[in-house]
Amino acid sequence: MKRFKGFVIKEFYHIFRDYRSMVILFGMPLVQILLFGFAITNEINNAGIAILDNSKDAVTHKITNKLLSSGYFKLEANLTDYKEIEPSFRKGKIKQVIIFENNFAKKLETENKANIQIIADASDPNTASLLSSYTTNIINKYQVEMMQNQELPMQINPEVKMLYNEELKGVFMFVPGTITILLMLISAMMTSISITREKELGTMEILLVSPLKPLQIVIGKVVPYVFISFMIAVIILVLGFTVFGMPVQGSLFLLLGECFLFIIMALSLGILISTITQTQQTAMMISMFALMLPTILLSGFIFPIENMPLPLQIFSNIVPPKWFIIIIKNIMLKGVGLGYIWKETLIIIGMTLFFIALSVKKFKIRLG
Amino acid sequence: MTTQLINKSEIAANGKFSKAETVISVNNLYKKFGDFVANDNLSFDVYKGEIFGFLGANGAGKTTAIRILCGLSKPTSGKLNIAGFDGYKDTEKIKKSIGYMSQKFSLYEDLTVVENIRFYGGIYGLSRKEIKLRTEKLVEKLNLEEVKDKLIKDLPLGWRQKLAFSVAILHEPKIVFLDEPTGGVDPITRRQFWDMIYEAANNGITVFVTTHYMDEAEYCNRVSIMVDGKIAALDTPDGLMKTFSVHTMEEVFLKLARGVNNNE
Repeated sequence: MKRFKGFVIKEFYHIFRDYRSMVILFGMPLVQILLFGFAITNEINNAGIAILDNSKDAVTHKITNKLLSSGYFKLEANLTDYKEIEPSFRKGKIKQVIIFENNFAKKLETENKANIQIIADASDPNTASLLSSYTTNIINKYQVEMMQNQELPMQINPEVKMLYNEELKGVFMFVPGTITILLMLISAMMTSISITREKELGTMEILLVSPLKPLQIVIGKVVPYVFISFMIAVIILVLGFTVFGMPVQGSLFLLLGECFLFIIMALSLGILISTITQTQQTAMMISMFALMLPTILLSGFIFPIENMPLPLQIFSNIVPPKWFIIIIKNIMLKGVGLGYIWKETLIIIGMTLFFIALSVKKFKIRLG
Repeated sequence: MTTQLINKSEIAANGKFSKAETVISVNNLYKKFGDFVANDNLSFDVYKGEIFGFLGANGAGKTTAIRILCGLSKPTSGKLNIAGFDGYKDTEKIKKSIGYMSQKFSLYEDLTVVENIRFYGGIYGLSRKEIKLRTEKLVEKLNLEEVKDKLIKDLPLGWRQKLAFSVAILHEPKIVFLDEPTGGVDPITRRQFWDMIYEAANNGITVFVTTHYMDEAEYCNRVSIMVDGKIAALDTPDGLMKTFSVHTMEEVFLKLARGVNNNE
């Protein structure tokens, strides 16, 4: 045990003396969470629009006001002719043009039907579809209000409620995503790098010749990263809560427990990577490409898994972060207990055992 | 030989070991990787306090043999006894009785001199008091007082090498394995390093050393030369030179290595 303690102390020296890594380790959570929370957001505020009002009556004015007071849109130009639409898009200031047809109010009254045309700049498809759905929502709402005034016998009153994230806050998605990415990065990449560094420097041989058991060496190498990863998870949660008001509806204890489990999973992956690589550089490349990209792209963090082609959907099942994101989202936003996420938890436990078994086997082969 | 660093009378003066106590005993040792035979029927004994040179061209099977002797790898067959322990069953006990230093000097560059000593003392299970005592002794002996709290990466190569060797024998092992310990070091430092090796041998530590420098081979009490996985020759340097009727170890080595080439 004393031997082991000395070993862990040495690992901490390595980590704390490497200033660059330290800055990355603790700076990254801060920067990422702030970036994702503030700058890179998929909510839209003050998008430039232009309006071509061919009718200019009371109703079109009302609708225009509704749109502009929503906060999503900012009026950049009032157009008077269809010919102006194209050039105004080209200028790049506007994302959408809203066109009211001739005699809008009159048609609405006499024919019970009037047309609004929405032209969106779909060179950025996500923004375009978001904007047009905001617009239709606002118009629908207005329509409903109007119908109420007329006291029609039948009214359709669709009420859309965004469950669990009523304000559709992007940050509620980014906090779980950022925790996942960072835990994966720090745990898997840092451990694989620190183990391969010993191989590269030739110190691994010395350690193996020493009375330390291989298992002690490996555990000694990962213990510091368990601590650091766990601290970083806590930092992100605290930041999410204080800066963005990200709640933890469920049990904090369960949440931290699941984080711990995920850290162990990522560490065992890191160990596995280090058993199949000889240099720090290869370890880093493998961690980057085999772990980071799937974590970002296939975990459902940024791109919804349901929208992926079937092969990728199937593949996403073996991406551990997918399950972890489901778990923490459920705990943080829905406040569920272990009863609802035991399946995902079991999957991660299973993956952890699998990676550990595989690394032990590889390690033995190398020694034999 | 004019370039010789230590004259032979010095070696003779240091050749105090006796054949009374065998510390490494290898009998009919084989190591096979599939069809490839890396170690082909090795048999030799090494005695307490002896400096045993282990020579061979690259790929002759030296590294494989050393890995087996250190317990890093299991032999395919054959008998093996290291420091009085069985090479198959007692690898944990063997590990406590041996020291190891590789070409890379194996100190942590981002740790200070004292931290390195403390760390290696710690993993060999020395008590805190003992570590402190031996650290002080070592720092004094190597004149490291001023740099003891400096990081290893700020020390010159020669100092690192001496420190690495001292650390490898810090736990007072019966045997120390040196795998090309003088690679990349200047002649003066090499000379000083060999002084340390003699001192260790005089204190009863058996030194098992591989090298590519043939002048160093002449400093050894006995030398074995591996060719193609087999031990092609094993004797004192003088004995080998007599057998092959040449004047330097280099010529002995070349003759043996060429013999292989002629057969092919």
